[in-house]
Amino acid sequence: MTKKEFAVVGQPLPKVDAWAKVVGETKYADDLFLPRMAYAKLLRSASAHARIRSIDTTRARALPGVYAVITAADLPGVKFGILPVSQDEEALCAEKVRMVGDPVAAVAAVDEETAERACRLIEVDYEPLPALMSIFDSLAHPEARIHEYGDGPNVHKNVALQFGDVDAALDASHLVREDVFFFEGNTHMPMEQHAAVAHWAPDGKLTLWSSTQTPHYVHRVLAKVLDTPAAHIRVIATPVGGGFGGKTDPFSHEIVACQLSKLTGRPVKIALTREEVFYTHRGRHPVLMWIRTGFTREGDITGCHLRTWLDGGAYGSYGVASTFYTGVINPVTYKIPVYKFEGARIFTNKPPCGPKRGHGTVQPRFALECQLDKAAEQLGLDPADMRRRIVAEPFTKTANHLTVTTIGLGECIDKVVEASGWRDKRARYGVSARHAPPRSTKKRGLGLACSAYLTGAGTAIYWNDMPHSGVLTRADRSGVVAVLCGATDIGQGSDSILAYLTAEVLGLPPKDVHVHPADTSLTPVDLGSYSSRVTLMCGMAAIQAAERLRDAIFKAVARKLEVSPAALVARERKVGVPDDWDKAVPFARAVELGEAMHGVLAFPGSYAPPKRAGKYKGGGVGPSPCYSYSACVVELTVDEETGAVELENVWIGHDIGRALNPLLVEGQVEGSIYMGIGEALMEEQVFRKNLHKHPSMLEYKSPTTLETPEIHTILVETDDPEGPFGAKEAGQGPLLPVIPAIANAIHHALGIRIDEVPITPDKILKALDLKRAGKPARVGPERLPLLTFKAPLAVESAFGQPAEAVVSRPFAS
Amino acid sequence: MKVRVTLNVNGESREALVPTHKTLLEVLREDLALTGTKHGCELGECGTCTVLIDGEPVLSCLALPVEAEGAQITTVEGMAEGGRLHPLQQAFAELGAAQCGYCTPGILLTARALLAERPSPTRQEVKEALAGNLCRCTGYTKILDAVELAALRMGRQEARA
Repeated sequence: MTKKEFAVVGQPLPKVDAWAKVVGETKYADDLFLPRMAYAKLLRSASAHARIRSIDTTRARALPGVYAVITAADLPGVKFGILPVSQDEEALCAEKVRMVGDPVAAVAAVDEETAERACRLIEVDYEPLPALMSIFDSLAHPEARIHEYGDGPNVHKNVALQFGDVDAALDASHLVREDVFFFEGNTHMPMEQHAAVAHWAPDGKLTLWSSTQTPHYVHRVLAKVLDTPAAHIRVIATPVGGGFGGKTDPFSHEIVACQLSKLTGRPVKIALTREEVFYTHRGRHPVLMWIRTGFTREGDITGCHLRTWLDGGAYGSYGVASTFYTGVINPVTYKIPVYKFEGARIFTNKPPCGPKRGHGTVQPRFALECQLDKAAEQLGLDPADMRRRIVAEPFTKTANHLTVTTIGLGECIDKVVEASGWRDKRARYGVSARHAPPRSTKKRGLGLACSAYLTGAGTAIYWNDMPHSGVLTRADRSGVVAVLCGATDIGQGSDSILAYLTAEVLGLPPKDVHVHPADTSLTPVDLGSYSSRVTLMCGMAAIQAAERLRDAIFKAVARKLEVSPAALVARERKVGVPDDWDKAVPFARAVELGEAMHGVLAFPGSYAPPKRAGKYKGGGVGPSPCYSYSACVVELTVDEETGAVELENVWIGHDIGRALNPLLVEGQVEGSIYMGIGEALMEEQVFRKNLHKHPSMLEYKSPTTLETPEIHTILVETDDPEGPFGAKEAGQGPLLPVIPAIANAIHHALGIRIDEVPITPDKILKALDLKRAGKPARVGPERLPLLTFKAPLAVESAFGQPAEAVVSRPFAS
Repeated sequence: MKVRVTLNVNGESREALVPTHKTLLEVLREDLALTGTKHGCELGECGTCTVLIDGEPVLSCLALPVEAEGAQITTVEGMAEGGRLHPLQQAFAELGAAQCGYCTPGILLTARALLAERPSPTRQEVKEALAGNLCRCTGYTKILDAVELAALRMGRQEARA
């Protein structure tokens, strides 16, 4: 299909929920007020690691206005966690706290203030345990185990995979580089603090409204930890005021609100404070990386060996997946014939890390792209030309058995090189070619990096053969079309995408389509808004449902018009034969004919990704129906005197497959670039004396309008056969390249290498001092942990094998 | 201790009996059911709770209702007039300047105060006016575009009138 044939797809339309949002009508979780509602607060641990000797709630219970006080003893005592292999969290800690912020008790009261006061009256007697605040501490103190499970004392996960003989390939290489990088942790900081309202009604049924990206997983966890049939629980995801992965786990506060509602017989609201959100975290893992890569004289990669050490924090969360993700996605971008990956996630007494935008792939992307820049310099190659040469082949397999489909990366590189004036500016800027006036301390630089990201995880979080996404579409004689889908709109526009795709298939304006999302009682299951899966998976399900509805309507209209159904089209709110359009039937009338012929018109759409996981243990993390690609050029100045970095321009080329709505795609790309800039230059989730160093929005530095440069977005369309009308993801991938592009631009400007993020002025000044002293002008990690990786699982490299010609996708017909 | 306050919000006189330390943000949301005003930090750090008091942007999480008595308070609910959206609201919707939408009310009101003072601001002036309003979704680009578009349209309206 060419672009011209679409009526809705490709149009820069407003989001369907935009109008409610600009007038303040959108109801987020904390905007819900129910009659007789009580307010809840959690008492959180102020100790990073301690055994709970006793909890005395007597004084809290006696406080007027308090309805209920609970501790672990008032819950069924079942642990939970998002991954089946890491069931290590408690709604309220029973025996031990593992981080500052761990919940130990909860209060429901007449108002928030009373609940807070009651929390302060609860006495907890702790027996302190050693607080392990870094991966070095945790590995040095195996006797102070944070958890009793895992792949060794304080080692949550230890993985090793090898695809071909990397050592042999590197031995035969013209150049072998070995580099060490560190990526500091950072957090999502959504503008909306997490909130939930629970109502355990007198009929024994529970409803939870929550600011969550994954109502389906919350539903499952509530059933488990509250020991209540899932059939009696309804979870409604309210519009989410920013997620970025931070609202993807089931949380203590959601469970506690439910239990308090049960005990008080009232609806119960709980809203986290900003400080609690910083401690709830689940953000970017701090990752230490060692990467060894071989190159030919021409710049081809001969093989790559990557080691990652993840600081996981106190709980599992998505950590096992995060660990694999640090290793498996890099080969999707470039031709890497043989590959070896070793990774370990280590528990520490800090808030748990989890999935943040780009989940686990952002850190190794920084390492690889900075290393490629160094290699290009050594080989005397232009960094853009070198990458252009090594872009992976479309419709092949990677060394680690991932199937790639369309790849628009080459075009992305060409476009950002051209738009940014790369060749001219690379020659004019930089240490060797002084462009700035001689006395200026501000030096300009230009840097480039690329990336790839999944369009939806190819496997579910829990093993099953059911759809990953479901849609139910109904129409009736009024002409209304309703789309019911479990997807959660977190601002990315999933409600809009469902409306656009349905409208496109049925020949309607999107306004005629009513979208009802994220209600486990009403909507078919969608796994959640994570892994950039929603547009593709819900989109494919929505198209299937709408096509089934259209087929039924066509059958009825065909009989009426005495033509073949195949001759009909739906467009302009009518159904008819293009050559005889005068006789076309208005859509509402067409539905009427359909209802008369078939009865109620309601059709399901189901989607599950193609089954292409590599047949080895661990092969389930990384497969995706298709991958998005991005190339990024950053133009900046660095002040040699202050170390301050000022971004001027960012050019980003993004292979979107097809832009279903270019306005929304640009919005996702711009937001990703912005968030990447924050990670590159300022954001860090760090700790001092066991406490978060700056759990506030003022001190946790993030870019404002003044630090965000002009972002020039160039969309490249590759029309991927796996995506809805050819679309791929946009919400996460474009974040990845901006971080190494900034590091590479700083090197171009000053000839220094900052091998860790955030790249703060002090690190730049330190590197300049080293340079002046004639030492290697690099600032980065100096030591690696002592940890023995597992013997690698040796699998043959699948590099270069053609993708399967026939893709088996469940539920496709 | 509770105090009776009379507030003029969006052109309507509203009364509430509230504890003296309750913030304007809390009173708007909890006592007057105007939940369009959001909270991001409740410490004056993020700009999310911005409302206008006599046309000036004020962080409602740091303001006490008694201070606002006798003044004209405008919240996002008061931006549209007679069912017609304010040009800023229209432009924000059209250009995709609201993603999750949570920071949108505060940004709309801050921008409205800017345009009242400077009808045709430069992009840098828009950036400076909005530097106290954090947004985690948009990268600000579409927000700046929307403010510029609204300013342009309002200028044209003015010219016609």
